[in-house]
Amino acid sequence: MKAGFDELQLEVTHLSMAFGGIQALIEVSFEVRKGEIFSIIGPNGAGKTVLLNCINGLYRPQQGQLFFEGKEITKLKPHQRAELGISRTFQKIELFKGATVLDNIRLGRHIHLKSGLISGSVYLGKTAREEIESRDFIEREIIDLLEIEHIRDKVVGMLPYGLQKRVELARALALNPKMILLDEPLAGLNLEEVEDMARFILDINEEDRWRTTCVLVEHDMGVVMDISNRVIALNFGEKIAEGTPPEVQNNPSVIQAYLGEAEDLYVTRR
Amino acid sequence: MSHAASWMETEITKDLTIPKLFLHSAKKYWDQKVAMREKEFGIWVPITWKQYYENVKWIALGMASLGLERGDKVAMIGDNRPEALWAEMAAMCVGGVGVWLFQDSLIAEVQHIIDHSDTKLMVGEGQEEVDKCLTLKDRCPKLKRMIWDDPKGMRNYNHPFLISLQEVMRIGKELDQKEPGLFEDMIMKGQGDDVCLLFYTSGTTALPKGALLTHYNMLTMGRNLMKVDPCFEKDDFVSYLPFAWIGEQMMSISCGIQAAFTLNFPEEPETARENIREIGPHVMFAPPRVYEEMVRNVQVKYLDASWSKRKIYEWAMGMGYHVADLKFSKKPIPLHWKILKGLAYLMVHKKLKDHLGLSRIRHTYTGGAAMGPDHFRFFHAIGVNLKQIYGQTEIGGISVLHRDGDVKFNTVGKPIPETEVQITPEGEIISKSPSVFKGYYKMPEESAKTLRDGWLHSGDTGFIDSDGHLVVFERTKDIITLSDGTKFAPQYLETRLKFSPYVKDVWAIGDGRPFVTCVICIDYAVVGNWAEARNIAYTSYQELSQNPEVYKLVQTEVIKMNRDLPSAAQVKKFVNLYKEFDADDDELTRTRKLRRAFVEERYKDVVNGLYSSTDSIHMETTITYEDGRRAHIKTDLRVIGVEDQ
Repeated sequence: MKAGFDELQLEVTHLSMAFGGIQALIEVSFEVRKGEIFSIIGPNGAGKTVLLNCINGLYRPQQGQLFFEGKEITKLKPHQRAELGISRTFQKIELFKGATVLDNIRLGRHIHLKSGLISGSVYLGKTAREEIESRDFIEREIIDLLEIEHIRDKVVGMLPYGLQKRVELARALALNPKMILLDEPLAGLNLEEVEDMARFILDINEEDRWRTTCVLVEHDMGVVMDISNRVIALNFGEKIAEGTPPEVQNNPSVIQAYLGEAEDLYVTRR
Repeated sequence: MSHAASWMETEITKDLTIPKLFLHSAKKYWDQKVAMREKEFGIWVPITWKQYYENVKWIALGMASLGLERGDKVAMIGDNRPEALWAEMAAMCVGGVGVWLFQDSLIAEVQHIIDHSDTKLMVGEGQEEVDKCLTLKDRCPKLKRMIWDDPKGMRNYNHPFLISLQEVMRIGKELDQKEPGLFEDMIMKGQGDDVCLLFYTSGTTALPKGALLTHYNMLTMGRNLMKVDPCFEKDDFVSYLPFAWIGEQMMSISCGIQAAFTLNFPEEPETARENIREIGPHVMFAPPRVYEEMVRNVQVKYLDASWSKRKIYEWAMGMGYHVADLKFSKKPIPLHWKILKGLAYLMVHKKLKDHLGLSRIRHTYTGGAAMGPDHFRFFHAIGVNLKQIYGQTEIGGISVLHRDGDVKFNTVGKPIPETEVQITPEGEIISKSPSVFKGYYKMPEESAKTLRDGWLHSGDTGFIDSDGHLVVFERTKDIITLSDGTKFAPQYLETRLKFSPYVKDVWAIGDGRPFVTCVICIDYAVVGNWAEARNIAYTSYQELSQNPEVYKLVQTEVIKMNRDLPSAAQVKKFVNLYKEFDADDDELTRTRKLRRAFVEERYKDVVNGLYSSTDSIHMETTITYEDGRRAHIKTDLRVIGVEDQ
């Protein structure tokens, strides 16, 4: 596996969060380094999505701090974190179903469009330039990468689930993120689609053009163990293991957590 | 015709080659004309003749630097894209021979062709082709290098066996600076009788055979076709069917290089339909399945449309069919019908043509397999000049063709100029023309059998009717004789049934049997939509195909078709197959022709079931996925009888 991820990108310290009496996260701390694929695993209800929501700013943790590239982001709003380069996809697809694929992707790019209302309405100079650059970026780097040329102008709601998942990833990429949070990108996909999606994640992570850090929440252990550089395991809101995929896989408390759920750790379709 | 003047017939001497013609056109048009276009990143990007020339030059010199010599074979695999054509032209410029592979070929097929053809260089598109090549290279010792052009996913491939097209062009450029005249010298060394293509025929029965075609073959074929239906330099053509199909070579290379029309390459195979509509080509040549799919799309849209739209469509198609039938029978069209047809055109046909990408079409051809009369009438009804072509790889593509205004849908037309077609006493179609190939590569016996005294023996039977049109029966061995001696052509029945939008493939059976039966593959998408609209649940093709409601639906379609058939040829029983016929399972050729002998063997349980009194057949079989994985299937098929109407 790849080595040499030294540069700290995201630091999470003593994160705790409770909903009423339920402790969703308890004192969770970890670091994500620049350029790696970092996976968060755990049984259902372990707090994985809550953790992603805290990183991306949808939830404000009651305790603990978050640092992104050395800057504290604990109190920033989601859109401010997006401006810093954190982007995400959702477990349940959150696209604009009535809009076309292209419009959905364009929307993900709005923080890069700086021109004002007036210049926008006459489409001159800077606005035109921005639009052309933006179009170029979307076409070259995203649509081509994710192989969605044929659905560019289709309305999202009419597409099969697997393609909607891909559009969701496309929109997250439109931000040109430094770090992308992927919440169960493989859930509900068939075998072929899983393989495609895993390849896209690797492409985003490895292609020189992107080199995007990926934080992955996923149940498909086969894929997680295949592509991750490091993994943490959560159980009932607590971090129970951290390390390389083999280390986590062989960790007794991880096995215990999964066995307790009467579900094989190696939940995989292969 | 308005631009008839702009078509100049090419004078083809024994000295002329495709590269020489390429050189001539490149210098003539240089940066003043677009040679090809490719849709890339959502935009149609033009490539002028100057760019075309330079790219071919650098690739050719690069290939020469890699050790390609005159007569060496260069295999090519990948989607239709400019780079593919550049590579082919470059190989020809060096004096090499192009070998095309179907992109979806399994590794074993690719390996057989690479090895049998003694291929030295392979040109592939990207990661997928590179993976195929790396797997088979150890078993093909004559293969020296592989060139790839799409960098996607190639970041971790450092194998010394591989070289990027960019790198090849860089080497070529260097050589060009060192020896400026070399490229044109190489082209000038070529002769018309040199082999330019080694073309593997799909073969419905045996291993593929490699037909050797010369520059002279390809050029004369293109010229003689264009003597009938000229193409012009302002024309647009969309290249989206596999280059490994002779029909595509015929249009893109033989005709393309002589008429110098613009070749357009779609963005991705999935976007081809849309891209065709954007371009609106003037000429088109496609196998029947492409037209069948168009008709099916229209029929499905019709079924989904509102009542009023359906009525208008029915009315307009009625007009169209009536006028088309008058034309077919060469009767004058009365004025009031002309007016009505004009109205129907404005209201429906014009839109329909536009949606199918046929609004500018002047000639469109079908060939390679039989096409049903219903499909034919449909296109003529909406005013599309669809014509049948007949030919084979061994004669450079085509030899027989319908003339404008003289279309009969049970014939394939008349021979093109310089082509003689005769029928042997046994009924076999034989032909002679300057385009007849040199023989099969490394198969002297097969060559001698096919090529006798300059006559190409096709293996097809047929006759020439009173109008001088050639009528092609089935492949001789495909004709079915029922046990009472009645003969019938299964393809006729199959194409009739395929006019139903719900039916994708049909295999008619009956040789030596008391009555006709058939195996039907439903169209998954269309029947799937139909089922969803009726709240019929299904999870797979297998389940959908065996649904009783679906059986009823197909049964209605069979009964409808039976009405037009003599009672001996009527289908008495059928089954819905649990899967579609697939070339990966060897059931179809790569050009989607049914391999009867093979399916007969593979589905002999089904055939036996159809001729016994059982109403259910138990099946166990293995299917192969495109990546080589196999799956085992167990299922029960229902057999349904069709009552006499």
